[in-house]
Amino acid sequence: MNGKTTDNHSIGYGTYIMVWLGLVALTAMTVTVSGFNLGALTFVMALLIAISKSMLVGSYFMHLKFEKTVFRVFISVCIVTFIVIIVLTFSDLSFR
Amino acid sequence: MNQEAEAVLGQSLSEDTHEHVHRDDIGSRMGMWLFLLTELLLFGGMFLLYASYRFLYPDGFRAAAIELNTFIGAMNTIILLTSSLSVALSIAALQKGQKKLCIYLLYFTLLSGLVFLINKYFEWGTKFQHGIYPKGPALENMSQGQIMYFGLYYVMTGLHGLHVIAGMVFISIVLALVIKNKLTSTNYTKLENSGLYWHLVDIIWIFLFPLFYLIH
Repeated sequence: MNGKTTDNHSIGYGTYIMVWLGLVALTAMTVTVSGFNLGALTFVMALLIAISKSMLVGSYFMHLKFEKTVFRVFISVCIVTFIVIIVLTFSDLSFR
Repeated sequence: MNQEAEAVLGQSLSEDTHEHVHRDDIGSRMGMWLFLLTELLLFGGMFLLYASYRFLYPDGFRAAAIELNTFIGAMNTIILLTSSLSVALSIAALQKGQKKLCIYLLYFTLLSGLVFLINKYFEWGTKFQHGIYPKGPALENMSQGQIMYFGLYYVMTGLHGLHVIAGMVFISIVLALVIKNKLTSTNYTKLENSGLYWHLVDIIWIFLFPLFYLIH
């Protein structure tokens, strides 16, 4: 390996397939859980499972786990901004 | 400057440009990520709209969601997840120098995208047949909450569908570049960036599926 390619990462096929199996299992889980009548918890569960799935896709398929720290800083800033907007909107909606 | 020195300078310059390829893989991925974040906020705005109206019309959203076919939604989720896997594998294959495998995996990705869109076509088609479309006979008689739900459903899954089409265009272009040996085991950033876009489209669907199909 020369200097130019050291920043590139190589994950084996097996890891990707394991991640995919995890994603399929979580999809089955979210469909199953939605069948139970958990009230408000149904929405929270669906959201939690979707967040776990997107973290799996981000970390492994999109290589974020092996990327430089600055990438995670970018994404954190974006997500925190989005959360602030959600909180502000709902604080307005709830107290009208 | 004498001619000899100029010749030496010229030679070293040309050698220089020959050895140093003007490429910045990390910068290129960084640029792609910045673009993906703008996409995230574009869909984020719509998710915010969805959350607000679901908060205002919980019953209308529940009543409208029953119309959606959970089975087709779940199938499309699996199809997109599998196509994400095949893109990730195609990058690994190219890194390992397995060009043929990489090409097959990219063809598989394109096929998955197409199947996803065909499912979507039938899904929308059924809704249209039931009169659920703007100014449609069934939609006119629905409550405000149901109308909001279907408006958001069409806009969000429609915009997502456009992203699937754009992703397929990107994958087709990199596929052609791989076939022509323009992308190789040491130079595959374009494939990587197209893959990032495809994964983003997958992540958006990961959220769309439970929010529209799994409300009970």
